Amino acid sequence: MAELTKKSIGGFLAKQGILVAFLVFMVVFAIANPRFIDIDNISGVIRSSAILGVMALGVTFVVIGGNLDLSVGSMMSFSTIVVLDLHDKIGPALAIPGMFAMTLCLGAFIGFLVGYLKLNSLIVTLGMLSAIHGLTLTYSGGQNMDIADKQNTWFDFFGQGSMLGIPVPILIFALLAAGLSLVLSKTPFGRKVYAVGGNGTAATFSGIPRARVVFMTYILSSFCVATAGLIQASRSLGSQNTVGQGLELEVLAAVILGGASLLGGSGTVFKTVIGVLILGFIQNGLLLMGLAFYAQYVVTWVIIILAVWLDIAAKRGRLWSPIA
Amino acid sequence: MSTQTPALRLEGIVKTFPGVRALDGVSFSVMPGEVHALMGENGAGKSTLMKVLGGIYQPDEGQIFIAEDATVMSSPLQAKSKGVVFIHQELSLADELSVAENIYLGELPRKSLGRVDWEKLYAQTDDILKTLNVGFNARTKVGDLSIANQQMVEIARALTVEPRAVIFDEPTASLTDAEKVVLFEVIADLQSRDVGVIYISHRMEEIFKITDRISVLRDGQYRGTLNTKETNEEEVTQLMIGRKLDLSRNEMTHSLGPVALEVRNLSCGKLFENVSFTVREGEVVGFYGLVGAGRTEIAETIFGLREPSGGEILLDGEGVTVHSPADAIARGISLVPEDRKGQGLVLGMNCRDNMTLPQVDDMTAGPFVSDGAEIAIFDQYRDKLDIRTPGWRQMVGNLSGGNQQKIVIGKWLSMHPKVLIVDEPTRGIDVGSKSEIHNLIRELAAQGYAVIVISSEMPEVLHVSDRIVAMYAGKVTREFTAAEVTEDGLIQAISGL
Ligand SMILES: Nc1ncnc2c1ncn2[C@@H]1O[C@H](COP(=O)(O)OP(=O)(O)OP(=O)(O)O)[C@@H](O)[C@H]1O
Ligand SMILES: [Mg+2]
Repeated sequence: MAELTKKSIGGFLAKQGILVAFLVFMVVFAIANPRFIDIDNISGVIRSSAILGVMALGVTFVVIGGNLDLSVGSMMSFSTIVVLDLHDKIGPALAIPGMFAMTLCLGAFIGFLVGYLKLNSLIVTLGMLSAIHGLTLTYSGGQNMDIADKQNTWFDFFGQGSMLGIPVPILIFALLAAGLSLVLSKTPFGRKVYAVGGNGTAATFSGIPRARVVFMTYILSSFCVATAGLIQASRSLGSQNTVGQGLELEVLAAVILGGASLLGGSGTVFKTVIGVLILGFIQNGLLLMGLAFYAQYVVTWVIIILAVWLDIAAKRGRLWSPIA
Repeated sequence: MSTQTPALRLEGIVKTFPGVRALDGVSFSVMPGEVHALMGENGAGKSTLMKVLGGIYQPDEGQIFIAEDATVMSSPLQAKSKGVVFIHQELSLADELSVAENIYLGELPRKSLGRVDWEKLYAQTDDILKTLNVGFNARTKVGDLSIANQQMVEIARALTVEPRAVIFDEPTASLTDAEKVVLFEVIADLQSRDVGVIYISHRMEEIFKITDRISVLRDGQYRGTLNTKETNEEEVTQLMIGRKLDLSRNEMTHSLGPVALEVRNLSCGKLFENVSFTVREGEVVGFYGLVGAGRTEIAETIFGLREPSGGEILLDGEGVTVHSPADAIARGISLVPEDRKGQGLVLGMNCRDNMTLPQVDDMTAGPFVSDGAEIAIFDQYRDKLDIRTPGWRQMVGNLSGGNQQKIVIGKWLSMHPKVLIVDEPTRGIDVGSKSEIHNLIRELAAQGYAVIVISSEMPEVLHVSDRIVAMYAGKVTREFTAAEVTEDGLIQAISGL
């Protein structure tokens, strides 16, 4: 009997390991520095994680479908610059849908290359990372983009507003996470994403149009990027051409940390949200401990490596398994 | 024999998985120079027992003795170093590597500075391959080999050490008759070298041909051991499933409906040429031939996976072009593919989701997939096919091989197709379930389905078919009705004589 409970605890740890690690981590930091669990601090962390989080939601679909998306960072810069520029030219009410349309076009292009032309997603999106950066610079002429009249616009609502006492970025993140979680776990489309990423051949034999499913994951990803760009632009009302630089790796780290396998076929929206929060709280905890913020780049890298390692170790059943 | 020490002995082995007691105190031993069959229904625990022996799983209780020395098998490599070699049921080869690299994976011969000694590697490998009489060499990429040949690579792996015991887990499931002969020679050779052989199979005729003793497992428990010479199929079956089976030929005839599927002069490059046949509603047509005769390719063409280079496909008398599997499914065609792991299942997905995958679009309530409707389908086919799983949430990859196959069959039966094509439907399925699946096929036909059964097992084809199409090297050589077919006639027709 005693053995049985021991085993079920082990099983629970293996399944919910990421959640447990998160809680342990929170407790340790909270003891080290009580300010860490201050409600203002927590809300601050979640708010600053919202942009990363929104992007990670879309990338979760791409990764479960068996592909990568490294273009989200520079695509987010693009969205931000475009919406700020259009804001002064055609007004916010038109700027927002205009920016979404342009970003979705980029997503559709990537989806076409990866889904219909069957090009390797790593190469395609890595290439798009720099191509979109070039596009952004061309669009802006290399200048920072600013809204002329920052006082008299309702555009700051998405990044700075709050409803029912909750900051709007958190609200957007939560709603989008809830919605996409339903899409992934409850709709036929979500099921097909798992099938395509889990075993593409079996998906084909089941009559699933793989190319279309992959295409749709990139559309979804670009939609999330556009949303993140909107929050970013609205928060700062002005931006450099490089605001999203490096985010693609953090996004990927959050997704993997949440337990989605890079091989495709596994992961959930909920786990990605946990991954995003872990990343946010770790970075925040380190800041509170007095580490310079650029130490975060190194820390993020360490976290990615750890997460990938644990993912592989869980599959092979052992930590140490060198290439023969 | 009883005075000898066993090559290997397992005692009181217990192994549990969440929700499953896979092994419940099993004891088992194999003598040097003996071929010992391990039999039991799908999910009885055969593979699990062997994985414990091969160091892949650690038992919860019980002990392993090698030549009466208690031993702990901590890993497959360690088991191999102790002379216990395991040839798996599910192939586990690296497609991108050469045959030689696969065979010596983890123990490649080295030169100074840890460089791989390729010359030696290839030479050693070719020596082993020569004894197996295969048509490929050490440098061939494994991904380019047929499933049968990949199986031979697995076998070659076993021959790299001086083994004390070799475990074959359903080795013949995808071998041709000629390849089986080679395999049996290999086994006889091992036997003469005093190696203990453990042989798992659902095929009675093999068991009676090559084994000395038969041990039976049922629901994770040891049921007894019989001397092969002193027993018969009935007794073994009785021990395995607790009842008798009907192994007769199909003599049932019922009235046939109109032609559901007609194929006229269908060709696909060199894979098959000028193939013509019809299948009527209510009819089971068996396709018999050797592996590589083009039967699977015909099925894939009808299912929209290959583009024909000539000829016509007619459904209900109307010419159609099937562009994709989705198209085929919409027209009421189902295909149970031959490779369950590669083509039939998403192993990381649960049982229910796998089963309902082709029809997930039609199972919605509002925008969402309806849990209830899905579970209803799963429950229905779990009962109908007797699928052993702790519940629909179980990942398909955790099921026993035979139960995985049943999930694939359930997946396509639940589509209620007009034309059902099954490619090697009972590969890896135990005798009890096999006859259930055969009965099910007959039953479906009686209900008016048009069924094509592709099989390399003659008893199966004879048992289920109303008509048999024999193929050789991409061409239809002859057609038989169930009444006129003889075994000799069939053998001639598929050998191109
Ligand atoms: N890794 C696992 N996790 C959970 N359950 C498992 C796992 N491996 C095996 N099982 C369960 O243990 C039982 C025994 O499985 P096993 O593969 O040993 O059957 P088998 O006798 O080899 O059947 P078959 O003839 O179909 O190959 C089955 O119910 C199976 O679902
Ligand atoms: Mg098995």
